[in-house]
Amino acid sequence: MLRAIFALYRNRSDWFLELFVAHMRLCGISILIAGIIGLVLGILIAEHRRFAPAVIGVCNVVYTIPSISLLGLLIPLLGVGNKPAITALCIYGVMPMVRNTYTGVSTVEPDLIEAALGMGSTDWQVLWRVKLPMAMSVILAGLRSMVVMIIATGGIAAYIGASGLGVAIFRGITMYNTAMTCAGSILIAALALIADLILSRIEKHLKKTRRMK
Amino acid sequence: MTIWPDLACCKMPEPIIRFNDVTKIYPGSPPVLDHLSFTVERGEFLTVIGRSGCGKTTMLKMINGLLLPDSGTVEVEGVNVSGTDLIALRRSIGYVIQNVGLFYHMTVGKNIAYVPSLSRAWDKPTRTRRVAELLDIVGLPRNFADRYPSELSGGQRQRVGIARALALEPAIMLMDEPFGAVDEITRRSLQDELCRLQQTLKVTIIFITHDIREALKLGHRVMVMDAGQVVQLDTPDRICSDPKDHFVRLLLGLD
Ligand SMILES: Nc1ncnc2c1ncn2[C@@H]1O[C@H](COP(=O)(O)OP(=O)(O)O)[C@@H](O)[C@H]1O
Ligand SMILES: [Mg+2]
Repeated sequence: MLRAIFALYRNRSDWFLELFVAHMRLCGISILIAGIIGLVLGILIAEHRRFAPAVIGVCNVVYTIPSISLLGLLIPLLGVGNKPAITALCIYGVMPMVRNTYTGVSTVEPDLIEAALGMGSTDWQVLWRVKLPMAMSVILAGLRSMVVMIIATGGIAAYIGASGLGVAIFRGITMYNTAMTCAGSILIAALALIADLILSRIEKHLKKTRRMK
Repeated sequence: MTIWPDLACCKMPEPIIRFNDVTKIYPGSPPVLDHLSFTVERGEFLTVIGRSGCGKTTMLKMINGLLLPDSGTVEVEGVNVSGTDLIALRRSIGYVIQNVGLFYHMTVGKNIAYVPSLSRAWDKPTRTRRVAELLDIVGLPRNFADRYPSELSGGQRQRVGIARALALEPAIMLMDEPFGAVDEITRRSLQDELCRLQQTLKVTIIFITHDIREALKLGHRVMVMDAGQVVQLDTPDRICSDPKDHFVRLLLGLD
């Protein structure tokens, strides 16, 4: 089996490389969009708490939709291909970002916010200089789980005609070629692990340079 | 030419802070501040003491506009706080709170330069120079500028908090139980340092404490508060020799 997988990598290296790059692109775009939307939304509901339960509630519900059915539901709206795939990945990715950004920003010690305000910070300055830096490690944790989840879920996106390593998986399934399915899965797992490793390094570095808990 | 050319220099200097009949009420409970009136002179060290919950912090936050009165007025340098630019007002007033409130993600130097950074008042060389000077003023070694608050002792953090409040040479410094959390010996040296500093810088200080000895030691005048009102506002000597009522006597440990 292992030998079959390696043979595949060797013989079809160009194809796998192409899928790998396509997967990174698909997920990279989704991560960027979900990251920005999640960050902004999380900050907004942390600053305007009365909207928080509703927004988090909606995110939680959406999060429980099985990914395969969410992809299916998007076909009538956006057709097939990368566009609905990226949309679906973003919808999933927003949730951990919103939750962690909200938690991080809204749990900064009130004393410190009061000190910042009392010394003459504008609301923006409190947000940028105090709240966000202090929430950074919680936000980064959210980013980490989002990135890993998107890379993994990105494998299913081939089901609706998106590119990426999922193509190898589905082709393997339809052709009863287990080695090919494994080959695609292994690369996805490797990508997720590497991304997680890089982010955890960044997290550690931040904590160390800032001597934070 | 006026008939009284010397009048301007003869009149009493205007108080730097004036509370005019200030009331603050949260719905459903008795007033936190109840028709509070008093003035603070320029260069004065005023200590404020009273039971917890009597409205000291509320009073203090009205000076820098973190809270506004429901009725009455608070004037700082002759200007009504309710109608002024609060951001500018706050940047011109030093503020030291109960648990220091140092930003733990910033170095000591960045903490000290926080208020100037808000208005980009210092360029980089000025920052380096002023941070060093301020560390000198509060009696900390200059190389502390690159440390983080978590690497400092409680007393050292208090000193950084004071340096941060002094950064833009404010005329007024508000201190809310700043030495509450340090040990007795450290506290005594912080008190001495603050006294010395107040005398050299001539800054007006409003200092809240729950320790009567601290209030008597530091204040030019001591304000005793109870239930949102001033019970007695007088020099430490007069407070001790002539306590106004049972509550003040109780504070002094006489009854
Ligand atoms: N936001 C608020 N809502 C309701 N009550 C408050 C609020 N802030 C303060 N209080 C009440 O005001 C009173 C005075 O508080 P404070 O000024 O902090 O007292 P002190 O500093 O003298 O201990 C307390 O009884 C407190 O419970
Ligand atoms: Mg208080």
